[in-house]
Amino acid sequence: MRRDEQRHTLAILVNDQPGVLARVANLFGQRGFNIESITVGPCEEPGLSRMVIVTRGDERVVEQISKQLHKLIDVIKVQRVSEFPMVERELALIKVGATPAVRTEIQGIVEPFRASVVDVGPQSLIVQVTGDPEKIDALIELLRPYGIKELTRTGVTAMMRGSVKQAVHG
Amino acid sequence: MTSKAATAETFILERVQEDVGREMTGAEILFRCLILEGVEVLFGYPGGAVLPIYDTLYDVAIRHVLTRHEQGAVHAADGYARATGKPGVVIATSGPGATNLVTGIATAQMDSVPLIAITGNVKQQLIGTDAFQEANIVGITMPITKHNYFVRDVRDLPRIVKEAFHIATTGRPGPVLIDIPKDVSEAKAPFTYPEDVNLRGYQPTVDPHPLQVERLRQAIKGAKKPVILAGGGVIASGAHEELIRFAETARIPVITTFMGIGGFPSGHPLHLGMPGMHGTYAANMAICQCDLLIGIGARFDDRVTMGRLDAFAPHAKIVHIDIDPAEIGKNVDTYIPIVGDVKRTLAVALEGLTPADSAAWIAQLDAWKRAYPLRYRTTNGRLKPQYVIELLDELTGGEAIITTDVGQHQMWVAQFYRFKRPRSLVSSGGLGAMGFGLPAAIGAKLGCPDKPVIAVVGDGGFQMTMQELAVVKQYNIPVKVVIINNRFLGMVRQWQELFYQKRYCEVDLSVSPDYVKLAEAYGLRGLRVETPEAARAVLQEALEVDEPVVVDCVVEPEENVYPMVAPGKRLDEMVLGDEA
Repeated sequence: MRRDEQRHTLAILVNDQPGVLARVANLFGQRGFNIESITVGPCEEPGLSRMVIVTRGDERVVEQISKQLHKLIDVIKVQRVSEFPMVERELALIKVGATPAVRTEIQGIVEPFRASVVDVGPQSLIVQVTGDPEKIDALIELLRPYGIKELTRTGVTAMMRGSVKQAVHG
Repeated sequence: MTSKAATAETFILERVQEDVGREMTGAEILFRCLILEGVEVLFGYPGGAVLPIYDTLYDVAIRHVLTRHEQGAVHAADGYARATGKPGVVIATSGPGATNLVTGIATAQMDSVPLIAITGNVKQQLIGTDAFQEANIVGITMPITKHNYFVRDVRDLPRIVKEAFHIATTGRPGPVLIDIPKDVSEAKAPFTYPEDVNLRGYQPTVDPHPLQVERLRQAIKGAKKPVILAGGGVIASGAHEELIRFAETARIPVITTFMGIGGFPSGHPLHLGMPGMHGTYAANMAICQCDLLIGIGARFDDRVTMGRLDAFAPHAKIVHIDIDPAEIGKNVDTYIPIVGDVKRTLAVALEGLTPADSAAWIAQLDAWKRAYPLRYRTTNGRLKPQYVIELLDELTGGEAIITTDVGQHQMWVAQFYRFKRPRSLVSSGGLGAMGFGLPAAIGAKLGCPDKPVIAVVGDGGFQMTMQELAVVKQYNIPVKVVIINNRFLGMVRQWQELFYQKRYCEVDLSVSPDYVKLAEAYGLRGLRVETPEAARAVLQEALEVDEPVVVDCVVEPEENVYPMVAPGKRLDEMVLGDEA
């Protein structure tokens, strides 16, 4: 067994059909691949959706994942986005324990991240942050001392940069 | 086919074409689609959710075989497909009818068999309510079908049927399930049938890359110890003739995997037999010592590699030809990957093909074949299972279609029946589904009425689907059922003997029906043979009569399958026989 596991981001163009998400998720489960995150939504072409899946594995595993995904009839295209320069973004909502006394302090932490406070309650704030997963991890760590009451992350969505699009589509 | 039947079929086809544009029910549309796809026989079992479909069947001149269990129906459709190369079609009702198909669908998926499974479901307003006989069969079969459909609108039905047949029969074949809720079978729409399919996400690569094929030719030219590992893909793509020409031109010996049996004739001077756990000495040694291994439509399954990928063909460059790109590199690292249809790839490779420098290698393999042939010990007065298979081979000249269950008898069939033609061994290789043999024989015989069809079954597997003898009687299907009766679950017993200190746990089948009386209870002829002396005459009688016969062969109970590579061992560490 090779242990050169790496994080991979795949963009998968699929038919916008009922059950497609189940087919893709099923395939990962069936073949013993893991899903770190999965996002799905409409894309530039009507009738199709794009899924972005973050997974882990060595070269053989990620190649198998791409090939097995290709075998699904509803999968049109699989791109290994993380092989190329890309933009990765995720959004997180973080409910932090915040008495009025520390609100300003938290504002000070949030600002350099270009995050924003989107809700203020008597004992808490909700911080909204967008960025690559590392940036979100960093903000969460800084907010942890105040007490994180609730945390939700969308999972990563990603796109290859304009400079590589040409090369990929030939 | 009689001329009367041909006339009936033409009549139906003409009628169907006249029906285009006429408003009709989903059930009526379904049968017209099946007729246009050339379906001649359906295997099935009615029930509540398919009542509209069966009501329509009442008026349709399409043959339907009523099995006694849905598993029998799906295995029969599978046997029909394997024997003919045409897609098999099975119909079952919702809920338990559909779930009873699961084993058979998984069997077809593992062995890449074109199969269309049509299931009814409850009306759409009841879907998701845990209604009577409701099961989410699309969800259940997602991992064991090539694709599946839930039909929401009757107007989608013709397109879905067209796509289903296209997907099932092209590329790497496989099962496709169509789930039709009762309201869709009843709903009306004008009948149309699309000319083409348009599936953006499904474009199998059939033509190989010419540069890769040229690399293959060069590799052959430089090889001294080449070997071909031919799998089920050779049969699926109809490439047996190309394979013979390719092997003979390139002077390369051929190993046929279990699924590849019949894809290259047994007895051909270049044939080495089956590899793997119960493979021949020559085949396994060839894999261990070859310098070029050409996998053709084979998937390097663990029964071939023994899971010891580190020790599999350690000195060889591996070439892998397969229509399914996901098979390439899945198990073994490949030096030359070639994605393409096997038949087309071999045809292209034959152009300008020069032979390998393999004379010394072939001489070595011939010496091994002579020194270590498949063999078994005979004991006075005891009927050996291998002898039964040898007799069947001799009495049919290797020309019968043999279906099997799974276990020892299946391996003995693979070893001792000298298959000469593709589609003559019909057996559950990948999934290893016991109970496959009898229903598969029914399907094979209906598909190939002019060929002798013999179900060689174990007493374990036979008891899983023996109720299908009623079908044999009802439709007078002249299959021969040869039970290799050792009163054990033989393969499990063999493993318990060899690897679990003879602690025989739950493998005793000594309490079983009297199979001769069982045959008679179904109105069939039953024969029994208990000695080698009597075997020839009894089997001859069974094969000669033009009616179904059940032959109970009471064989040596504790016979083992050899050669055997123990789990975790290398292919060259095989045990050739007990006390040998």
